[in-house]
Amino acid sequence: MSIYLPIAELSVNVFVILGMGAAVGFLSGMFGVGGGFLITPLLIFYNIPPAVAVATGANQVVASSISGALAHFRRGTLDIKLGLVLLSGGLVGATVGIQIFTMLRRMGQLDLIISLLYVVFLGSVGGLMLWESVTSLLRAAKNNPVPLRKPGQHNWVHRLPFKMRFKRSKLYLSVIPVILLGFAIGILTSVMGVGGGFIMVPAMIYLLRIPTNVVIGTSLFQIIFVTAFTTIVQATINYSVDVVLAWLLMIAGVIGAQYGVRVGQKMRGDQLRAGLALLVLAVGIRLGFGLVLPPDEIYSVVSGSFGF
Amino acid sequence: MRAMPLLALLPLFVVLPASAQLVDHTVTVNDKFRERIDIGISTNEIAISSDFSGADITVFGAIDGADELLLATFAYDVVVALEGPRQSTTVRRKERVAGIWINRHSIRFEPIPASYSMSSTRPLPDIANLMELGSRDIGINNIRLVPTGGVGDGSRLTDFREALRRIKQTSGLYQRAPTGVQFISKALFRASVRLPANIPVGAHRVRAVLYKNNEFVMEKVIPLRVVKTGLEQFIYTMAHTYSLAYGIFAVLLATVTGWLGSVIFRKD
Repeated sequence: MSIYLPIAELSVNVFVILGMGAAVGFLSGMFGVGGGFLITPLLIFYNIPPAVAVATGANQVVASSISGALAHFRRGTLDIKLGLVLLSGGLVGATVGIQIFTMLRRMGQLDLIISLLYVVFLGSVGGLMLWESVTSLLRAAKNNPVPLRKPGQHNWVHRLPFKMRFKRSKLYLSVIPVILLGFAIGILTSVMGVGGGFIMVPAMIYLLRIPTNVVIGTSLFQIIFVTAFTTIVQATINYSVDVVLAWLLMIAGVIGAQYGVRVGQKMRGDQLRAGLALLVLAVGIRLGFGLVLPPDEIYSVVSGSFGF
Repeated sequence: MRAMPLLALLPLFVVLPASAQLVDHTVTVNDKFRERIDIGISTNEIAISSDFSGADITVFGAIDGADELLLATFAYDVVVALEGPRQSTTVRRKERVAGIWINRHSIRFEPIPASYSMSSTRPLPDIANLMELGSRDIGINNIRLVPTGGVGDGSRLTDFREALRRIKQTSGLYQRAPTGVQFISKALFRASVRLPANIPVGAHRVRAVLYKNNEFVMEKVIPLRVVKTGLEQFIYTMAHTYSLAYGIFAVLLATVTGWLGSVIFRKD
């Protein structure tokens, strides 16, 4: 059954889109990520114009992160104060990111930069996560697990000024790295159509030493607002948000996520991180091949709004 | 017998003034010949609904004042083409830079039909010579592709033009059916023109061109609008006209969907 997407201006198979949404929802529920970093490349592989894929991906992430953030809010694993500080940087970052996005699109280099960013970020984050989780799996096998957060241990981040107390996270931390992290993620949200959880979560755990239990809820909280903001700005500047496409993805994603969460709860933390790392790496490598391998068609045509 | 073709033409001229305001030249005639071509389609509007996956439209037409003998020897040829709205188009070429493929060169062309679906009685080279076809933009390979702005030394132009035609064809936007026009009786013909699933919306034109012994006789053009319908049209208009409200709506939709998901599947 095909359905016509009014903004992407093409017909797609409903079941392919629903399948994508459900699969990504399942994985995002299992690993506790928004899934934008999977949705956007999948849409591009399925010939949705990258501009539409990015903007619609951001819209889809709003729905999946609301579901997740509400669950964390009920469980009390969400630090709203920390989330708001992240958000202040995130909104500025998203505004800057949209300008970059629009400029790249005019120059005809949008697709390249999107792919490059995906390869760089997915590759490095996936690699680091895999390294970390494999060492921790090996340690667990030797029966001497090491906690991620060693009390009293500090790094350079904790010597920065403008400190603020975050009660729920039990942290006394400078706002500078938090705002900068939010800013960087904001740029990625608008240029890559991702929530940025796959970068923010490791950065919060390893760099800012925020307790793991509040990290996911808090990152989801800030992702909601940054992706919502990005969706609105993309819709006003680039007219590239396709609500029909986004809604199909959301429905399937929200349902898929519920099953993913159940599977995820049965798995151990380091196994989950290793799984997520492999997934992130796989998407990065697939996109990397796309950049390096000679394309079937070295020419491309852009006419009207989004081209092919 | 002499008066017949004239009579047949009368309604055509009566209709002309109204449609002439929309399209500059709906009829082009070579005065050397007395044969005339006329076409009709069952609708002047194609609606793209949510399950649109392409369509075939059938164009019926007749040759008035055709010579019986020439008809019998297949001396008449008809080309029917559906042309999409004109859009300025940019072609880009990737090149390998430091191991990765990057868009390096680009050429921008003056507006060309966004889509082009053609049907003819015989393959085009048998119908008329290239100069004649090119002067009327008939056939995928004869549509004029005029670059705008700098094209360097021009050596790339041919490759870029070929690439444009090739990509338009592989994407289904440019199509041809070299034997898609069939005579159903002596002077009556039927042409089947394919609309691809990714057909652009806007003002299209159905062009019917009559040739006699490789010579141009007459061209007749009728407009055909391709529109989105119902919800699709509504969403498209909203997204472009009230983009802020549309963006907010998209976010609200996501909020409600996400919230419902967490409520429905809540375990406690």
